Parts: sequence; C-alpha cells; structure tokens
Amino acid sequence: MLEARSRRRRTLGGVLLALPAILWLALFFLIPLGIMVVVSVLTRDASGAGVLPLTLEHYERVFGVFSPVLWRSIGISLVATLVCLVIGYPLAFFISTRQRQWVRQVCLFLVILPFWTNFLVRTYAWRVLLGDEGTINSILSATGLIQEPLQLLNTQFAVVVGLVYGFLPFMVLPIYASVERFDFRFVDAAHDLGANDLRAFLEVVFPLTLPGVFAGSALVFIPCVGAFVTPDLLGGTSGLMIGNLIQRQFGGSGNMPLGSALSVVMMVIVMLTLLAYVRFGTRRA
Amino acid sequence: MAPSSQSLNQSAGRAIEINTGRLQRDLLIRRIGKIGLYFNPVFSFFFLWAPIAVLVVFSFNESRSVATFTGITLDWYVNIFTGVLGAESAFSTELLLDSLSNSLIIGFITTLISTVIGTMVAMSLVRSDYPGKRLLDGVLYLPVVIPEITQGISLAVFFNMLFDYWNMLTGQRLYPGLHTVVIGHVAFTISFVAVVVRARLADMNPRLEEAARDLGANEWRTFREVTFPLLLPAIIAGGLLAFTLSLDDFLVTFFTAGSGTNTLPVFVYGLLKLTVTPEINAISTIMVVASTVLIGISLSLQGRNATRG
Repeated sequence: MLEARSRRRRTLGGVLLALPAILWLALFFLIPLGIMVVVSVLTRDASGAGVLPLTLEHYERVFGVFSPVLWRSIGISLVATLVCLVIGYPLAFFISTRQRQWVRQVCLFLVILPFWTNFLVRTYAWRVLLGDEGTINSILSATGLIQEPLQLLNTQFAVVVGLVYGFLPFMVLPIYASVERFDFRFVDAAHDLGANDLRAFLEVVFPLTLPGVFAGSALVFIPCVGAFVTPDLLGGTSGLMIGNLIQRQFGGSGNMPLGSALSVVMMVIVMLTLLAYVRFGTRRA
Repeated sequence: MAPSSQSLNQSAGRAIEINTGRLQRDLLIRRIGKIGLYFNPVFSFFFLWAPIAVLVVFSFNESRSVATFTGITLDWYVNIFTGVLGAESAFSTELLLDSLSNSLIIGFITTLISTVIGTMVAMSLVRSDYPGKRLLDGVLYLPVVIPEITQGISLAVFFNMLFDYWNMLTGQRLYPGLHTVVIGHVAFTISFVAVVVRARLADMNPRLEEAARDLGANEWRTFREVTFPLLLPAIIAGGLLAFTLSLDDFLVTFFTAGSGTNTLPVFVYGLLKLTVTPEINAISTIMVVASTVLIGISLSLQGRNATRG
C-alpha cells in the first residue's frame, strides 16, 4: 500500500514537473500553430487579416500560381541535400577513420565551429564572395580568366551554395556517428571474398552506414525547405523560395491567410519528410 | 602425364595474368579512393572556413573593397563605436548598442525561464511515468524540427489575434515587444535544454539518489544535495545553448518583436539588406569571436562534465 501511494505521488510529482513546459508549449507553440491552420482557410479582409467565411482559395493559389515556387523550393532543397551528401559523406568517413582521437576531435571542431557563427553573418559572407565586385569575381578577372563578372549572386546556384554552407554539419555528424560504429572487419571479409575497395564500399560500407545518410539527409532537407534568410540574401528573384513568399504576406499590405496556407503546406512537407525518415530511415538502425 | 601438367601450368599462368590485370585495376581504384579521401577534407575545410576568413581579413582592409587588400586599418571598428555605420545614417551606434542590450536582456530572461522549465520537464520524463508521457515526448521535439519561419508567423498571428480580442474586451491596446520575443524564444529553447539535461539524467546512476533517500533525505533534500549538483554541468550547458540560440535567433524575433524592437540579428539583417560595407565585416568579426568564446566555455564545461561522469 505504501508502495502504491509512493508511486501515485511520483506520478503526480512527474506531472507537476512537466506542467510548466506543457502549458508553455501548448499556449505558445501548439495553439498558435492551430490558429495558423484555421486562419489559412479564412477570407482575407482589407487589412490583410483573416475573416469568415471559410474558403480554400489560398490553397488553390498555393498549388496554382505559386506552385513554381513550391517546386523550386523542393528542387533547391533536394539539390542542396545531395551536394551535402556528396561533400559530407567522404568528409565524415575521413574524420571517423582517423586513428588518433585528438585528430578526430579537432576535425569535428573545425566542422562545427563555423556553424556556431550567426547564420546571418555566414550567409552575408557569401554575398561578399559571390557579388559582382566580390572576392571570387575579382580573383577570376585578375587572373584573366573572365572579362565580364560572372552573375553568381542572386541565382539559384548561390542559394544552393548558401544552404550547403549553412547545413553541412547536419549531414556530417550523423554519418560520422554511423561510420564510427561500423565494424571494419566487414571490409576485410569483403576483400577476402575478392571484392575490391569500390565494391566493398558500395556493397558493404555504404549500405551499413545508411542510417546516418538518412538521418543527415532529413536533417539537411528540413531546414532547407523552411529557409528564409539564405534565399533572401543570396537568391534575388530567381532564387525565391516558400519562406520568402510567407514573409511577404505579413506586415504592410500582406495576406495573412495566404501566408498561413503557405506555412501549413511547408509544415506538411516537413512532417512528410520526418514520417518518411521514421518509416524508412530508422528501420536498419 | 607431361602434356597434362604443362596445360595445368599454362592455365595457372593465365590465371595469374588475369589476376595481375585485376590487381592493377583494384590498386588504381584504391589510389583514386585515397586521393579523393584526402582531397575532400582539404576542400571541405577550405569551403567551411574561407568565407569566415575573408570576412575577418577584409574587416581590417584599408579600402572599402572586398577584393583587394590594400593595407591594415582599424577604422571600421572605430566607426562602429564612434559614429555612423557606413553610408546609412539610419544605422547609428546608438541603435546598435540598443539592439545589443535588447538581445542580451532577451537572452538572459529566455535562458532563465527555459533552463528551469526544460530541466523540470527532463526530470519528469526520465524519472516518472504517467499517461500521455509519450505524447509529451513527441511534442517536445517538434519545436526543434518545425521551420523557424512557421513558428515565427504562427506566433505573430496568435499575438495579433490575442491583442485584438484584448482590445475588444478591455478597450486597452497591447503591443508586441521584448516580452513577446521572450515568449517565442522560450517556446523553442525549452526543447533544447530538455534534450541536453535528459541525456545527462539518463546516464546518472539512480543508486546515488536511492542511497540519499535510504540515509533519510526527503525528496527535496535528495534533489538539492545529490541530483542537482550532479546535473549542474548539463544544466549550465543547456542554459548556454538556450542563450546562444536566443542570441542568434533572427526569424522568431523578426515576427514577434513588432516594429519598434530591434535585436542584434534584426539590426544586422537591416544592415545586410541595404549594402555591403566594411563596418558589417567588422561587426561580423566581433560576432564570430564572441560566439567562438561562448562555445569554448560551453565545450570546456561539457568536457568537464564528461570526465566527471
């Protein structure tokens, strides 16, 4: 009986401990998200806010007029994720196969530290590098490789570069963890069975480190889809993404219901990515 | 006998020949792989660090160009603290310092609230059991993955509605400001604190707490004298993480601050949108150094945490 009472007390204590977080998250995270979903089916009034009656016109516009931007966002995010994988996998593999622990730690530190610099500053750095009179164009024209400055800034290329730069650590760290856990005796076994390095990699190492690849890809893809700062500072009009469209609907002569609808669609894409990751990505782990 | 042994030798010779061909190919593959494996980190680390290096180097450049380095000057740093930033008089030192102080105030309050709440929920999740715990666990991770812009605008819509209703009910107009930013920052930093503290709690030996209770300590005393001191490094690390995230945040702040309130990132964003000036390079360099120092402190704390555990 004493046991039961103490368990009940612990249950009550646990709920009480969790209560402030539950209340805060419910009030200032879940309810606002719910309101946003509701606003997304309201009609826009003169001030840009949402009023009754209910309508689906904003979703029609999201999948109609704005579908090029939607697809571009997904396309840019996929390319950025792929580039992160191509750069990040060998990097993670290199780091986790170093023998000495301090070398691994220094390498990881070198990957993570730029990440802790303010995101705006890191994105701005690429404006400095990619601009018409920026560092890259100046070096290229000084060496006589180009006569006219290359249009690097305000392109989709710039957005991809910025996103890869911003989220590369998200790809490297999970893959690093996967490769570190990998038992390299499997490679010896593959060699003994006549496989060369390429085959051993493709058929043994890569499949067994897929959990890291999936985790990294989800971790990169999700913030890419939600990006605002990168396309805003590097993309110009040709690199416009959903995030920029959303931001434009708030303030001034905005359209809150449309912005909410765009946001809901963005949230659904993120959720589907997460679901796909949980469904397919964690199975092997 | 003789002919057959000869053919055996011949076939063996051929087998070896084929093997050397394969061996050469395999060695080539290995060499390409090795070169690639060593080239990649050189490229990657250059890619990761060159942009920051360019910012830092050109923040000391005498000319306004970000292309050629003409000589060393500290003018841009002096400009930040003495006068007007670049050509845009809208961005004064006063406004910069005001934004910085707003950022610090928001950062401190956010850290205080979310460290307390985050630690509490972490303890609750690790140490007790109740219906709905799994759901709470899931919801707790949502702010980490939901795009910041979604969190920002949903809060903007929420406050907008709330203030409208408040106005209707009381006739009193409320405005967003530091308080709404803090509310938004706490909402997404709780999760990060909880993750860090929870990891430490899960690693902790529960016998230590049992021992304290066996020795007659009540729950509060057990917490104060056993659990809390053991958790402290993780709580500090979580708090520093919350502080860094709050200090760094642009989007949630941008949407919840209203028009009159600037934080450092919002101020910097305003500058960046307008032009490229050497003063921005200088501000960026200061921010790079500041965040490096913060992370250094945080890592050394976590390091101590790890060696102790």
